[in-house]
Amino acid sequence: MRLSFAFAAATALIASFGANAAENQFDQLERGRYMAVLGDCAGCHTLPGGAPFAGGVALQTPFGKLVAPNITPDSETGIGNWSAEDFRRMMKTGIGHNGIRLYPAMPYPAYSRMSDGDIGDLWVYLNALQPVKNAVVANQLPFPFNIRLSLIGWNWLNFTPADFTPNPQKSAEWNRGAYIVEGPGHCGVCHSPKTWMGADKTNVALAGEVLQGWMAPKITAAPRDGLGQWSLDDITGYLKTGTNRFDIASGPMAEVVSNSTSKMTDADLRAVAVYLKDLPGETQTRSAIAADSAAMRTGAAIYADNCSACHGGNGEGTPKLFPRLAGNALTQQADATSLIRVVLAGSQAGATHAAPTAPAMPSLAWRLNDAQVADVLTYVRNTWGNAATAVPAEDVAKLRRQLQSGN
Amino acid sequence: MARKLPPKDVVIVGLGWTGAILAHELTEAGLDVVAIERGPWRDTATDFNIGYAPDELRYSVRRDLFLQPAQETLTMRNTSSQTALPMRDFGSFLPGTGVGGAGTHWNGHTWRFFPSDFNLKSHLTERYGAARIADLTIEDWGLSYDELESSYDRFEYLAGISGKAGNIQGKLQDGGNPFEGVRQREYPLPAMQMSYAPTLFAEGARSIGFHPFPTPSANLSKAYVNPLGIAMGQCTACGFCERFGCANYSKASAHTTILPVLMRKPNFEARCNSEVLHVNLDATRKMAKSVTYVDASGEEWEQPADLVLLCAYGLHNARLMMLSGIGKVYDPSTGEGTVGRNYCYQTNAGVQLFFDDKNFNPFIASGALGQTVDDFNGDAFDHGSVDFVGGAGINCIPTNGRPIGYRPVPPGTPRWGSAWKKATAENYLSVLGFSSQGSSYATRGNYLDLDPTYTDRFGRPLMRMTFDFPDNDIRMSHWVSDRMEEIGKALKPRQMVSSRRQKSWNSVPYQSTHNTGGAIMGTDPKKSAVNRYLQSWDVPNVFVIGASAFPQNAGKNPTGTVGALAFWAADAIRDKYLRNPGALVSA
Repeated sequence: MRLSFAFAAATALIASFGANAAENQFDQLERGRYMAVLGDCAGCHTLPGGAPFAGGVALQTPFGKLVAPNITPDSETGIGNWSAEDFRRMMKTGIGHNGIRLYPAMPYPAYSRMSDGDIGDLWVYLNALQPVKNAVVANQLPFPFNIRLSLIGWNWLNFTPADFTPNPQKSAEWNRGAYIVEGPGHCGVCHSPKTWMGADKTNVALAGEVLQGWMAPKITAAPRDGLGQWSLDDITGYLKTGTNRFDIASGPMAEVVSNSTSKMTDADLRAVAVYLKDLPGETQTRSAIAADSAAMRTGAAIYADNCSACHGGNGEGTPKLFPRLAGNALTQQADATSLIRVVLAGSQAGATHAAPTAPAMPSLAWRLNDAQVADVLTYVRNTWGNAATAVPAEDVAKLRRQLQSGN
Repeated sequence: MARKLPPKDVVIVGLGWTGAILAHELTEAGLDVVAIERGPWRDTATDFNIGYAPDELRYSVRRDLFLQPAQETLTMRNTSSQTALPMRDFGSFLPGTGVGGAGTHWNGHTWRFFPSDFNLKSHLTERYGAARIADLTIEDWGLSYDELESSYDRFEYLAGISGKAGNIQGKLQDGGNPFEGVRQREYPLPAMQMSYAPTLFAEGARSIGFHPFPTPSANLSKAYVNPLGIAMGQCTACGFCERFGCANYSKASAHTTILPVLMRKPNFEARCNSEVLHVNLDATRKMAKSVTYVDASGEEWEQPADLVLLCAYGLHNARLMMLSGIGKVYDPSTGEGTVGRNYCYQTNAGVQLFFDDKNFNPFIASGALGQTVDDFNGDAFDHGSVDFVGGAGINCIPTNGRPIGYRPVPPGTPRWGSAWKKATAENYLSVLGFSSQGSSYATRGNYLDLDPTYTDRFGRPLMRMTFDFPDNDIRMSHWVSDRMEEIGKALKPRQMVSSRRQKSWNSVPYQSTHNTGGAIMGTDPKKSAVNRYLQSWDVPNVFVIGASAFPQNAGKNPTGTVGALAFWAADAIRDKYLRNPGALVSA
């Protein structure tokens, strides 16, 4: 019943596209479905356990709360009144139906790189969804950010709509990867450092950024804290299954893997890996903090008592179960927010069909004080060949407060 | 009044080892399955947090993970001439509750019974004559070891059992158990690395001609990914297995081997903190139509289903059958009735060796890290010249050196004060203990039924346990204690203390949570409650899975066989029952 409705809707809408009317509906629908996977639309627009794409996921931005709207073809509460051109313009410019300006939490700066064909496929797919009546109040920002007119200025300063331009010096695979990463995949939304206005710093793209209490790590080819140690298979394996010999995805990336990358084609994952591995990463040398410092000695003792049973005496971990800490880029990010967070709050890894275990790190906030968390992380970041800055106890205290207040 | 819920294909009562295995197998077959579990959901990182999982006071002394008697208990007595009284505290055995069941807080000894354990009655009759077993009501299982072999194998590979095979396809293997039945392949993981105590025990046993081998263990010797794709860690030998959940994903349980996959399935649902009161039968009393349960808020619900699987702890399976009128309750005075029949236990004894010059570091331990001698188990040896049948495994498995419970001191030491402290300090590191895990054979007078006096919080009669160690089993245990003392002498301790099994059974000191029988399988509907597929003879859309099905208990821990029976029953349901619902064996 539902299926036949979907095809009926698709038929009607394809007809409205005119030029595409002669095309095979199934192919376009499938391509659109895949674009929704590449774009991880569900990540924001589907509540866990809720109706697909009916909205309702709240995003905590540095400026306040935004709630992802309903993008099912419901005419009252969804995008049922939109035209294909409305949708294309929104994806390209951030200006939606009736001229309403979208906040860049909707990653139109990335989506503007997408081709009109891909956007058209996605539009067909979204219109084939079951319409769901679900009114969402998207803008829950405090003054003055709730004034959408301010976005004119934001866009003027931070956003230049541009199509994706292939680099003829590089392979087709590289260019496909670049398109996915910069365009529909919108990796930079989390992984690129931000300006004070929340825009990507284009000169340090994908160099890592803190958001929503997590550090989205550097994913350039930097050897120590980027993907320099990861092979192409390590990258594709991680994106496909959520785990590889170094890491297990948890936090927001676990959702990305579950909703998006685990459903991407092997060829696209490989293209992404090829592109990321080609992004220059700085190779500055770092030296580890001396093992005989007070913090390191305390940290070693805490590690032995609390961490070594799972992560191993030498930080070696167990594949698919306990992340490796030795030589792991995640442990050596410039910012230790994710490490502090998982020690304080614990974290459940994501599950995929290929790696269903979903092991969890227990919360140790009740057991370790701020200085102890700082010391053990300083130890983890500077042992077994690792080298990174010491973790200040104040950073732990700050995140602890933030977690306790629910933000 | 119970509110009726939409029907399911299958309702499973209890989400422990057997419930999880059956749920996984039947959801794979496409059925819509709901499991109703009276205890809480538990999760490794949250409930067995590495920081408090080894809290001996909370988990071992106060038994945080166990069934509380206020929720359900039993009455007990030794003989039917006595009046049973309720156990107001569990002691001799500790049933589990909650998702994972007792499989969450077990030690992890994972055995296959001997082939002769399965056709015990006919085997012993043939070998020693019917007169030898005249005092016993032992039975054949109606299922042979060879038929169950592949199910054992599946359970061992699911759980990542660490061990050394003794007999692969008929070929004896060095270092394994030479008395075991034929297995088709090696264990999934190598045996655990031995600590000193079992190593020394094995040397002593070997020096007098016995055949020690590594105890098959559900504490993992290495990291493992099981056939469901679930990853498990290497055991760290922390010594907190029995009575504890494992913080390290290194002890096999439903949590660490099945639930991550099961819980992702859209055709599976677990309802926790929901206690099934009874199974509802239709007017013919030949078909189950639903179960009635009470949720955490006290609401009563009726869950209809085509198939009802009783997967609770064995004792509770038997009680649910009695409360639901599935089968006739056993009456020892007439010998009629099947439910409650052949309740058996385990017949254990121990030896402690005190040394002056040894350091066993007892805190380096795990629930199943040890060595076993099976020379005197089951019918591995000729009983022609002895006055009993059955036997025992002799196990040196030092499970822990925990600070509250592990205080080995010589007899005569004061129970408290400075002399006790001094003796603790002198002996803590240097005591070697081992024990016999003896068979428990059924008699006419050991059974389960409903208590005429005492009721639970819902007003349902408690189950009454009438049990004492049969004379046969006591003779067996003493004979095996003699063998244990021979091993002890070979190790030349300063002092040897032998704790022999004596009558009568006492429900207070902890002995073993290996309660078997009560809904036994077999070939005769007059003597067994379920057929060889664990299907009720009386109500064919009810299957009863667990140690409740053992016609008698062997000298081995039951979980390996319980797991194998779960796979066996799942195969029967999927491959036979679903194709042609009804009795799989004609009565």
